[in-house]
Amino acid sequence: MAAPFLPKPSLQKPAAHGPLLYRRPVLALLLLLVPPLLWLGVLYLGSLLGLLVYSLYSIDDFTGQVGNVLTLDTLKSLFTAPSNVDVIVRTVLMALIVTLACAVIAFPVAYFVAFHTRGPRKALWVLLITLPLWASYLVRVYAWRLILAQEGVISWVTAKLHLSWLLDEVLRLPVLGGPSLSSSYLGMFLVFVYVWLPFMILPIQAALERVPRSLIQASADLGARPAQTFRRVILPLAVPGVAAGSVFTFSLTLGDYIIPGVVGAPGFFIGQMVYTQQGTAGNLPLAAAFSLVPIVIVGVYLALARKAGAFDAL
Amino acid sequence: MRSERSSWGLRVAAYLGVAFLHIPLLLIILYAFTSEDRTYTFPPPGLTLKWFGVAFARQDMWAALWLSVRVATVATLIALALGAMVAAAMARARFRGKDSISLLITLPIALPGIVTGIALLSSIKRAGLEPGLATIVIGHATFCIVTVYNNVVARLRRLSPSQLEASQDLGARPFQTFRYVLLPHLATALLAGGLLAFALSFDEVIVTTFTAGAEQTLPIWLFGELFKPRQRPVTNVVAILVMLVTLLPILLSQRLTQGHEEMDGAGKST
Amino acid sequence: MTATLTPPSIPSLAVELRGLVCTFGTVKSGTVKSGTVKFGTVNAVDHVDLEIRAGEFYSLLGPSGSGKTTCLRLIGGFERPTAGQIRLFGQDVTGQPPYARDVNTVFQDYALFPHMSVLDNVAYALTVRGVDKATRNKRAGELLELVKLSAFASRRPAQLSGGQRQRVALARALVNTPKLLLLDEPLGALDLKLREAMQTELRSIQQSLGITFIYVTHDQGEVLSMSDRVAVFRDGRIEQEGTPQDLYEYPRTAFVADFVGGANVLPGALVGRVGGRFALRPERVEVSADGPGLNASITSVHYLGAQTRLELDANGVSIHALIASSRKFTPGQTVNLRWDAADLRPLED
Ligand SMILES: Nc1ncnc2c1ncn2[C@@H]1O[C@H](COP(=O)(O)OP(=O)(O)OP(=O)(O)O)[C@@H](O)[C@H]1O
Ligand SMILES: [Mg+2]
Repeated sequence: MAAPFLPKPSLQKPAAHGPLLYRRPVLALLLLLVPPLLWLGVLYLGSLLGLLVYSLYSIDDFTGQVGNVLTLDTLKSLFTAPSNVDVIVRTVLMALIVTLACAVIAFPVAYFVAFHTRGPRKALWVLLITLPLWASYLVRVYAWRLILAQEGVISWVTAKLHLSWLLDEVLRLPVLGGPSLSSSYLGMFLVFVYVWLPFMILPIQAALERVPRSLIQASADLGARPAQTFRRVILPLAVPGVAAGSVFTFSLTLGDYIIPGVVGAPGFFIGQMVYTQQGTAGNLPLAAAFSLVPIVIVGVYLALARKAGAFDAL
Repeated sequence: MRSERSSWGLRVAAYLGVAFLHIPLLLIILYAFTSEDRTYTFPPPGLTLKWFGVAFARQDMWAALWLSVRVATVATLIALALGAMVAAAMARARFRGKDSISLLITLPIALPGIVTGIALLSSIKRAGLEPGLATIVIGHATFCIVTVYNNVVARLRRLSPSQLEASQDLGARPFQTFRYVLLPHLATALLAGGLLAFALSFDEVIVTTFTAGAEQTLPIWLFGELFKPRQRPVTNVVAILVMLVTLLPILLSQRLTQGHEEMDGAGKST
Repeated sequence: MTATLTPPSIPSLAVELRGLVCTFGTVKSGTVKSGTVKFGTVNAVDHVDLEIRAGEFYSLLGPSGSGKTTCLRLIGGFERPTAGQIRLFGQDVTGQPPYARDVNTVFQDYALFPHMSVLDNVAYALTVRGVDKATRNKRAGELLELVKLSAFASRRPAQLSGGQRQRVALARALVNTPKLLLLDEPLGALDLKLREAMQTELRSIQQSLGITFIYVTHDQGEVLSMSDRVAVFRDGRIEQEGTPQDLYEYPRTAFVADFVGGANVLPGALVGRVGGRFALRPERVEVSADGPGLNASITSVHYLGAQTRLELDANGVSIHALIASSRKFTPGQTVNLRWDAADLRPLED
């Protein structure tokens, strides 16, 4: 019976019998979460924190062993030793330029797929863009050794087109050039763009795909010319996609050590630095310190990208 | 207004973009047949099939392949179990810290592989473990969880919750609900996620260089071959092999995830 | 299990809810309490006490968001109460999961298993109880016959129409002959004609099987024609409970008077009483062009077929009346209103 005017009886916890997991759904949730969180939280996150700790030690100059006093010296040397600063600046610049180039190349492809294909044709296009991603990273890098080699495809094509002089000119450029394409920053840049390009196309395409078609019609209906619609409606809505894609291209370029090793100019990149410092040089603290650089940069970048709505486009 | 005809420039840019993605892969295949084994002369001076024989005779290649298969299998199984568990917990429930958990799951692929690699390596050293199959698996399973998670969580969100309630309502115990309703619904998502995880693990080189110690997975073996001055087409033969082993699961998993677009098991409208 | 003694004189109770509360949202510590509503939470069901007799067709009626579904889900075991007790047929099931309760549900979206045939759907409850295949298919076949779908046994749910799915859901929920069946707006997605046919069908199935039905709806017409008793929900509480006639003839609050059958709620001063408010059914208002009574002017006229609905204004109070369509009135016209004093129902608020 309804008794809206009576004082409330005190809240009484329901009687406690019946299966525990039913009565306490939180417990079931915990049971599901504990194993994966142990793995990721302890094994993985623990290792990352351990890495952080390593960067707070330094190598003893005489013994070559990791010292046992906490010090900020190693971290400081990242910004004080000119050679270290060079490595960081070189890597970040490369990551930025690669990201920019990927965005420029990816946009028309994504736009075409999102707005000018449909049904099975769209599925085919998406597959064509995705497939190279899965055709083994190493194999794709290796392919560019073939292409960039002095006797390789690019030389052959430029020779056929009577443009060899142009290639030579380009290679004579101060920073970009080098003895051959396969040992120049230009070559390295090409490989980076190639390898990460699908990571940029797919999120942009996904973002464009979500632009409601009615919005475009509404814009046209309100008198906007196609170019205006593009600039005022489509482009802003594609920003989250670009942001999401750039997280990949940027982060992947920052940490890569294979590409600068296989193709490239003599200067070191962060990834190579980490690799050699922990390996041949045996300076784990410095390697750890260097690996913190991408973590911090990617962290900041993720925070910015989150603001731009990148994660809605993943 | 959406124009059905795309502009000429846009079409060309799109086709060029896709050509850019695929030409290098075609060249890999072409160079597996070249008769020149020291340089990358283009066009190849002659074509031969002999490198397939040479590559298949390499014992170290087979050993590396076998290790890769074992690593990928175990890592996939672990990722399947852990990924499905988080997905089940995260699909619908709302709780504090949920965002942090999804960040934690994506972190292993959001951070550069080298960070994951060296972090695990420093832990392995600290724990005094011998690098080998187990340590490689640990690394791979860590970044494979997210592919399983993504597949399963998406599928779970498409499952109308009343399906599970209806099953319980009709007297099914939790295991029976799992067996008769949840598993059939998730089967293809699990398979697809598992195949992706397998491909990802089979292909991985960056983390593996840190966790493998002296062991050689196929990508590591391939990496070593890249710098050998002779018998270069052998690398291409193995590259084709690697592409096939990763591509087949991917194509299969794409197939499996198709046709699950609409909400399963809900909706009254016909 | 605690044994409970039911006095034999009272007809046995199918459902007893005691002080049932279901709160959604997280209670943050240190928040101010105002009444029972804590900051950031909503009591979807707020201290509900209810008794439903075995064999009754009992309806939960109320506007959207009033807690009907939540109440039903608590009985089915899909939500866990924050406080209170649920007893089914004398047993406390408060902590029992759905599979341990002798209750079945017809879900609002039917929740048919898309990967099973219609027959397998209907047989599911038997399958999970380990009944052998021949027996369960026979039993499921009988149920399909009951809902007139024998010809569709091997189809998938996706290949059925909305009304057919609804009947599969009903057959599936009945296969195990539960003592209590819960139905959450089961006819909501059907068109009017099918709806009316299913109403009759549901009622006759309920009576022939002797099963207790709890039926959730926000359609008051449906409730009045089908139910033995009705509880009217408002903001998670039961505002009034009784037979359809009780609710229609003797609404206790303005809310019930308005929600069930749309009564006029008039201040006592207007109808010559000392105070309070009174309900008056629109069909009990006599409208005449002249003669004694309350002076009112017609604001609008709505033709409804056999009847016509007049919106009137009497001293600033709006009144509506239902009259035979044969009588003609025009907006703006001044008329006199009369009623039998016995038709005025005093309201509690
Ligand atoms: N899972 C939930 N989480 C949070 N709030 C909920 C949840 N389920 C219901 N509510 C809230 O509880 C209240 C009662 O909801 P309920 O679904 O019981 O209403 P209803 O009477 O069935 O309404 P309708 O006629 O629209 O189906 C609503 O305010 C609703 O927003
Ligand atoms: Mg409801």
